[in-house]
Amino acid sequence: MTAPMTRQDRIAALKAAARERILVLDGAWGVMIQREGLSEEDFRGTAFAQHNHPQKGNNDLLCLTRPDIVTQLHDAYYAAGADISETNTFSSTVIGEADYGMEDQVVALNHAAAKLGRESADRWTARDPSKPRFLAGSIGPLNRTLSISPDVNDPGARAVSFAQVYEAYKQQARALHEGGVDLFLIETIFDTLNAKAAIKAVMDLADEGLEPLPIWISGTITDRSGRTLSGQTVEAFWASVKHAKPFAVGLNCALGAELMRPHIAELSRIADTLVSAYPNAGLPNAFGQYDETPHETACFIHEWAESGLVNIVGGCCGTTPEHIAHIARSVAGKPPRVPPERPRALRLSGLEPFELA
Amino acid sequence: MTAATSTIFVNIGERTNVTGSAKFRKLIAEGDYTAALSVARQQVEAGAQIIDVNMDEGLLDSEAAMVKFLNLIAAEPDISRVPIMIDSSKWTVIESGLQCVQGKAIVNSISMKAGEAEFLAQARACLRYGAAVVVMAFDELGQADTVKRKVEICQRAYRLLTEEIDFPPEDIIFDPNIFAVATGIEEHNRYALDFIEATAEIKRSLPFARVSGGVSNVSFSFRGNEPVRRAIHGVFLYHAIRAGMDMGIVNAGDLPVYDDIPAELRDAVEDVILNRRADATERLVDLAPKYKGDKAEARVVDLKWRDAPVAERLAHALIHGITDYIIEDTEAARQTVARPLHVIEGPLMDGMGRVGDLFGAGKMFLPQVVKSARVMKQAVGYLLPYMEAEKAGEAREPAGRIIMATVKGDVHDIGKNIVGVVLQCNNYEVIDLGVMVPADRILDAAVEHRAHAIGLSGLITPSLDEMVFVAAEMQRRGMDIPLLIGGATTSKTHTAVKIAPAYPAGATTYVLDASRAVGVVSQLLSPETAASTRAETEAEYARVREQFARGQDKRPRTAIAEARANRIPIDWASYTPPKPSFLGLKRFDAFDLQTLADTIDWSPFFQSWDLVGRYPDILQDDVVGEAARALWADAQPLLERIIAERRFTARGVVGFWPAQSVGDDIAVYADESRTTEIGRLHTLRQQMDKTGGRANAALSDFIAPSGGPADYVGGFAVTAGHGEADFARSFREAGDDYSAIIVAALADRLAEAFAERLHLEVRRAFWGYAPDEALSLEDLLAERYRGIRPAAGYPAQPDHTEKATLFRLLDATAQTGITLTESYAMSPAAAVSGLYFSHPEAHYFGVGRIDRDQVQDYAQRKGWTMAEAERWLAPILAY
Repeated sequence: MTAPMTRQDRIAALKAAARERILVLDGAWGVMIQREGLSEEDFRGTAFAQHNHPQKGNNDLLCLTRPDIVTQLHDAYYAAGADISETNTFSSTVIGEADYGMEDQVVALNHAAAKLGRESADRWTARDPSKPRFLAGSIGPLNRTLSISPDVNDPGARAVSFAQVYEAYKQQARALHEGGVDLFLIETIFDTLNAKAAIKAVMDLADEGLEPLPIWISGTITDRSGRTLSGQTVEAFWASVKHAKPFAVGLNCALGAELMRPHIAELSRIADTLVSAYPNAGLPNAFGQYDETPHETACFIHEWAESGLVNIVGGCCGTTPEHIAHIARSVAGKPPRVPPERPRALRLSGLEPFELA
Repeated sequence: MTAATSTIFVNIGERTNVTGSAKFRKLIAEGDYTAALSVARQQVEAGAQIIDVNMDEGLLDSEAAMVKFLNLIAAEPDISRVPIMIDSSKWTVIESGLQCVQGKAIVNSISMKAGEAEFLAQARACLRYGAAVVVMAFDELGQADTVKRKVEICQRAYRLLTEEIDFPPEDIIFDPNIFAVATGIEEHNRYALDFIEATAEIKRSLPFARVSGGVSNVSFSFRGNEPVRRAIHGVFLYHAIRAGMDMGIVNAGDLPVYDDIPAELRDAVEDVILNRRADATERLVDLAPKYKGDKAEARVVDLKWRDAPVAERLAHALIHGITDYIIEDTEAARQTVARPLHVIEGPLMDGMGRVGDLFGAGKMFLPQVVKSARVMKQAVGYLLPYMEAEKAGEAREPAGRIIMATVKGDVHDIGKNIVGVVLQCNNYEVIDLGVMVPADRILDAAVEHRAHAIGLSGLITPSLDEMVFVAAEMQRRGMDIPLLIGGATTSKTHTAVKIAPAYPAGATTYVLDASRAVGVVSQLLSPETAASTRAETEAEYARVREQFARGQDKRPRTAIAEARANRIPIDWASYTPPKPSFLGLKRFDAFDLQTLADTIDWSPFFQSWDLVGRYPDILQDDVVGEAARALWADAQPLLERIIAERRFTARGVVGFWPAQSVGDDIAVYADESRTTEIGRLHTLRQQMDKTGGRANAALSDFIAPSGGPADYVGGFAVTAGHGEADFARSFREAGDDYSAIIVAALADRLAEAFAERLHLEVRRAFWGYAPDEALSLEDLLAERYRGIRPAAGYPAQPDHTEKATLFRLLDATAQTGITLTESYAMSPAAAVSGLYFSHPEAHYFGVGRIDRDQVQDYAQRKGWTMAEAERWLAPILAY
């Protein structure tokens, strides 16, 4: 029996694996949790039975009240072939949990989530050391945004300040770090300024003496226009976040694989780092449900792999372990994308990119 | 080469800088951020690739001003598309600015003036905020003024940044300090040359780094002599760029062209810049007054019109729909005339006259004209207080006063609003009574305001009847003013046959579209042409009536019994109708607007503005392309706002019920036992002569008959209009009818998209008879799918009253907030309702005209008198 891997070992293994093959991320958590048909009481558990806010829908809270379900989902995705699973912490910030009155549980939520994910990942790694499993700390977007006014009559107004967003993310990132994640995944970015606050928060952790972890950044192109909700093109977005020197950059959510392709192709062309993509299972139907079958999703992603567009693939809304299993099979043995060398140039951005070559 | 056209030189807009622009400083100090944004916008339009924002002014709260301005810029996509240069000498202001920009910005500036530690700390922060930096050639000893010091400081800074904190060299921009030359102080004579030489050395020795500078400093001693300053900038840039200067903070709209500078002046300036002779400064000072009066000619085309006389500027603003200068120009014009009214009657009306001429000549299009009206409104709004202040100031006499209304029972007003705006543009006073206006209110208002004409609008067919009623009431009340008829279902034939005869006392005229309105109104109201115009129209309408009567006689009809026997033949015995996935209702309270926006069919949007063509080809159309693109560009931000700010709420309901056809009706049952009938949908059958084996269709043909296999019918009602009225009003109240009309048109498009979207879900899931359907948007818009969703009031079922039954079955008002007016128009207007049929042979058709035998039969089925039936079916009666 070999000694358990340290975090630095795991990070090195992650980078090595990414050079060799296309890595697979897990799929949706929301749809899987929905399938459990949990009641308000399930969400509350005994610990929060008397809490004065309704908790149904606070999926992150399950890390404390139904850890069995969280572990089961990590396991299901690792079993499906995922190299990386995400902590169940998409909304575990003081801003995200404010809707549920759970601000004081944020650190506990992130700790618990990281612990559950860590245990599951390590168990799977132990089972097959040739395929080490990794845990990404999920840092989601917020329901408050720094670039868009909540008040139509006052376009200069903001519902939240940069400092508040920064502090919220920093608290979350610190707790995830303490809990043992291997890397940070800042994801579903629809307002780049929020993401920039998260990036700064994560980078500033180094000043507290925490070892730097790889950062993975995933933006969201909200529609066919090819822009984020806050209006940036893919290239402008990349210029805005490149300073994080991310381990990987990519796109997720909002679009299915078919509609995401041109934007991933664009990112793949310009990003001199690993490129990730985890689309939704198509577009939602009128019930808000996703109809794309695992086979269909995997077919699209297979083509991306064939075309050398991606390094990490997975699924977002509506995808299931079955989707991930299909995706994993579809990219198995395919060579990963080779990041391009880009000439040094002053690259800036507003909503659109600027380059002085 | 020329500085302004150099492809590599980056223009950084300098006008949004309180230290560089007195005008901008004043705007910020007064809190006029709207105008301040306009300055930023002009910079971008004039070609600034980056804009420099500086709020360093002792009397300002610079941090607050920086935050507010940058947040406001974020809401203006036409400004925020370019990167921002956050310019301040205070780090706290810079950091506050960095917290407001999502893009990658440039920090201007950091330096070693307070030592290396602070310099590196600030640079590290820039790394983590993700910004490039301008490093000023400034150290602990002060600002560098010689070539040697400039280069040394920059080299030291470069080393620190790249070696100590791994700052990317390509993100370093040096500002080796541009100082004023020709100041009369001998030590200053080399300043320009020092900058140029330092630039060359920095670029040579520091790979990937860039050089920038604040250009206007160099000419500071010629304040007040803009032509000479511009010449100095032109010459300085010419040489600095050749030395490697990459970017500069410049007045982007006013960059000089080196080759255009008169040789005499250029030589004198060059002597100063390059320090070529000892007396260079004196010579330029002597020469300068000669060029002082020379107005700036080399301005970019965009702003050239600003140099024209005020009347021409007003006309330009009206024709191009530019509001930026309208207040200042209106004021300038007011100063030149005795009374404020004369501004309106003079230059403004002249300008609008040109708009009218261009419109008439097909050189301008409706959206542009409505934008012109927006400019006009602002100008008039500015003058109103002056006119009121004038005690003698009676209201100006308009060319005519027109009452406009959408008739009782109808809620559609996009077309009416456009016509109203166009008339206002042409100096008609329009009193708009809104929608659902009863006849007596229209006529009372006409009397009260001594109106010169009445315009009626309507979109649904029952409105035609109401218009006849209004006409008859005008006749009864002894009126004789012209009556104008417009709206989607109105027609010349209906006007001639039904409305005009009800009002012989006055002229009744059908107006085909908004572009005709002004011509018709001016001819009818002008004493010279009124009589002849009326006579011509009456003669034309008499011909139309004759034709109509002839057509009536000759058109053969099939008796209803025969038509029924020739129903659409469907072999029900070998067909099992699909069963919906649920029976009863499903409600949607706030359907995702973005999803709907993505599938909008845009062609009708352009049609609503009289721009004809298919989207997206229309954007490239030779004739209307430009107008279409402008309209499109104006509509997109509004659509984005509607979505982002959730201005509209998309609500809808879908229902499915067991159903069987009974003759030409469809019996709707409570449940599968099919014993309790909860409603009966009536349909109408084609009675035109059919040849070649074609059937006489009725919608009931698509439902299995009673006794046949168990079948189903569906229904839906959707709206995207909740919220539209409020949002449109907010624009209208601000004098912006243009945006208000776009908003209404967008609501219509979203409602249609909603109906399409639900139909897709019905086919794929709710009814589920086409689960694998995968059609492109184009195919969807071309209706290449199985099943139909006909709406009451449209060709397959022209009877609007059928909506009452549908609404009752759907509980539509409670479920969606859509109400029906007495004419069965849906309110909000941006709403769609209809039935769903699933049979593969179901298709859209037009009932066409029907004969008395079917009307009698239908009246009986509906429980109507014959008169009621003839009233509701008036538009399709064949007799």
